[in-house]
Amino acid sequence: MPSLKELSHKKELLSRGHRLCPGCGAPIIVRQVLLAADKPVIVACPTGCLEVGTTIYPYTAWKMPWIHCAFENAAATLSGVETAYRALKKQGKIKDDIRFIAFGGDGGTYDIGLQSLSGALERGHRMLYVCYDNEAYMNTGIQRSSASPLGAHTTTTPPGKAIPAGKTESRKNLTEIVAAHNIPYVAQASPGYHMDLMKKVQKALSVDGPSFINVFSPCPRGWRYPAEKTIEIAKLAVLTGFWPLYEVENGKYRITYKPRKKRPLREFLEAQGRFKHLLAEENKPIVERMEKEIESREKELMIRAGEGEK
Amino acid sequence: MKEKGWKEIPIGGLILEPGNAEKYLTGSWRTFRPVVNKEKCTSCLLCWIYCPDDSIIVEDEQMKGFRYEHCKGCGICKNVCPFKAIEMVEESKYQQIEK
Amino acid sequence: MATIEAMTGDEVAAEAMRQINPDVVAAYPITPQTEVVQNFSQSVANGRVKTEMIRVESEHSAMSACVGASAAGVRAMTATCANGLALMWEIVYIAASYRLPIVMAVANRALSGPINIHCDHSDSMGARDSGWIQLYSENCQEVYDNLIQAVKIAEDKSVLLPVMVCFDGFIISHATERVEILDDEKVKNFIGEFKPQYPLLDLNNPVTYGPLDLFDYYFEHKRQQVEAMENAISVIEKVGKEYEKISGRKYELVEKYNLEASDMVIIAAGSTAGTIKATIDELKEKGINVGLLKIRTFRPFPHVQIRDALKDKLCVAVMDRSASFGARGGPIFLEIRSTLYEEKKKPVVVNYIYGLGGRETTVEHIKKVVDNLSKIKKTGKVDRLIDYLGVRE
Repeated sequence: MPSLKELSHKKELLSRGHRLCPGCGAPIIVRQVLLAADKPVIVACPTGCLEVGTTIYPYTAWKMPWIHCAFENAAATLSGVETAYRALKKQGKIKDDIRFIAFGGDGGTYDIGLQSLSGALERGHRMLYVCYDNEAYMNTGIQRSSASPLGAHTTTTPPGKAIPAGKTESRKNLTEIVAAHNIPYVAQASPGYHMDLMKKVQKALSVDGPSFINVFSPCPRGWRYPAEKTIEIAKLAVLTGFWPLYEVENGKYRITYKPRKKRPLREFLEAQGRFKHLLAEENKPIVERMEKEIESREKELMIRAGEGEK
Repeated sequence: MKEKGWKEIPIGGLILEPGNAEKYLTGSWRTFRPVVNKEKCTSCLLCWIYCPDDSIIVEDEQMKGFRYEHCKGCGICKNVCPFKAIEMVEESKYQQIEK
Repeated sequence: MATIEAMTGDEVAAEAMRQINPDVVAAYPITPQTEVVQNFSQSVANGRVKTEMIRVESEHSAMSACVGASAAGVRAMTATCANGLALMWEIVYIAASYRLPIVMAVANRALSGPINIHCDHSDSMGARDSGWIQLYSENCQEVYDNLIQAVKIAEDKSVLLPVMVCFDGFIISHATERVEILDDEKVKNFIGEFKPQYPLLDLNNPVTYGPLDLFDYYFEHKRQQVEAMENAISVIEKVGKEYEKISGRKYELVEKYNLEASDMVIIAAGSTAGTIKATIDELKEKGINVGLLKIRTFRPFPHVQIRDALKDKLCVAVMDRSASFGARGGPIFLEIRSTLYEEKKKPVVVNYIYGLGGRETTVEHIKKVVDNLSKIKKTGKVDRLIDYLGVRE
């Protein structure tokens, strides 16, 4: 992976002047992903913050060919583009070596777009699907998704007298669901660890088949923290074990970053307004459940990576 | 921008000018402005890789300042700077000076 | 040299697709469209086409992949019906609004529920405001001919809209008929090379497809779609004439059968037009004359041609194979009545809703319609403006 200084010579493919919120995690992720790509790319987005914020007609922030079709079908739409490319390549009508990348939020990926994603993965289209996971429907105003973590305060899971916990269900483990498709490359990343993320992008783009990277995408507005803390929180999620960084390369698990000293989950929770209510005594069992879940996932990952005992 | 009639725009809602969002200046959103102390700055470029708005000016691998016409003033650059070389200053102070 | 074959509607649709030889086909199986995809898959497997096929996991993804492929800059096709069309509904509108010349075969089938696999037009009629051109076919030959013409209509620079080629599920899709198949070369030359205007795969001219289009421009884009649909009228006529030259078969926006001979007219789309023709022939021998105005093109609606065709007619029965619940009659009826509104002298127009969920419509049914028309002609009285043909009370 080239150094930042070397990367700074590359042409930016997402222009400034987009209208995502100040401090939004998504454009940081997009910039890092696109900086890591060595080949020309064509991008697809499902409906969501990123799509809306970057393409308010007559303006587009995308400097490469880009398509948005609907909310639940970025993978299917891009599989059409990729197939057209293969058809023309076979016919000798296209010379360029092109890579295809989708950027979808958790709503468009974990929930409404899961079928379309699963279909595209099974069919084996050569494309990289990047989920920028901000753990709720931010574009419509912070409603819970199946990526929203246990205990999260969203506008459809507000803590109240009868339900003090906020969201009472644990989130779906999409990375594992994708890994179960046995595609060549699957990873989890965080923009706070940009080199790790960019290395994963390079690996993902080099495999001859589908690849998927689930990227933790802090949202100042939805998670209620000051905009300047986006990267700080992206790091805390990793340091507390809330968002482990790992990859599954041809079925082989590898933990790509291990914090030297794990930080207590509390630090992560305290930094965000969406978890504030969990600090109350009555929600102690929720925090304990979260800690247990982190611990068991960590053990499971260690076993899969061949570092733990069965 | 003058709004065009239906005969004057491309069909299908297509935008044929890539990256023209650059013409849309988001700098007016800012309430705090990042200011760099070049004596402390080492041009590690962490501010650049973490900027959501591509608003850090980098020339010849050196951090040269900010694109104030687009910088939304989120303050991530200040927060990630290992050398505390960036501070956020209230925009109103500058507006007074510029007046 | 054309060859004569015995084929079902589905088989001949697949044969037309083979000759069109699209770059990408994305499809999902649904009765009674299934054999279109199956037969075409065999052509792919046998290497008879250059097509890359995407066997998607739903109709929603079928249309989405077609949108992606067509935007990328290639010829893309699919086929569906009923619930499948309903599932892709959202993307059907998007395909039209992105101005993508996708061609889709629709083996008309009743929409659920309760679930039913047989023919009516509720599926495609429901999509009549989606921005797609709609051609309805009377028989297997027309399925073939319409599909080939559809490619040329869709890709015309002044149109650039997707086209649905509709044919009655089972009645046409599964009925074996005599069809004339043109030579591969002839079809190839007729449709020509696809030259996309704004291909996504053109790296030198990066285009953004599908931005957020708000109150300041969305309306202008819709106005463009209206214009394209209007342009399609003359393009469909022009392509019909060109097609006649290579096939010997005449195609117009509407078809007139025995129309000049009578002041009584039945209007219909799809296979029932054939039943009506048979009835007309039978009644003619008994000295009763009635005409047929077949709607081949429903979108764009050829109102000028229809108005002219109905000049001096006294009574008209409009056959609708779908119900528009809560409306004053079926979709074709509404269009016909609206078309005639400005006319000083206009015929009495009644509506028959018929054949829902595959309910059989026979010569005897049509004779009842003719009887009623004769009664109206004689008495000037209309008992029922909207009637239901073949339903049990």
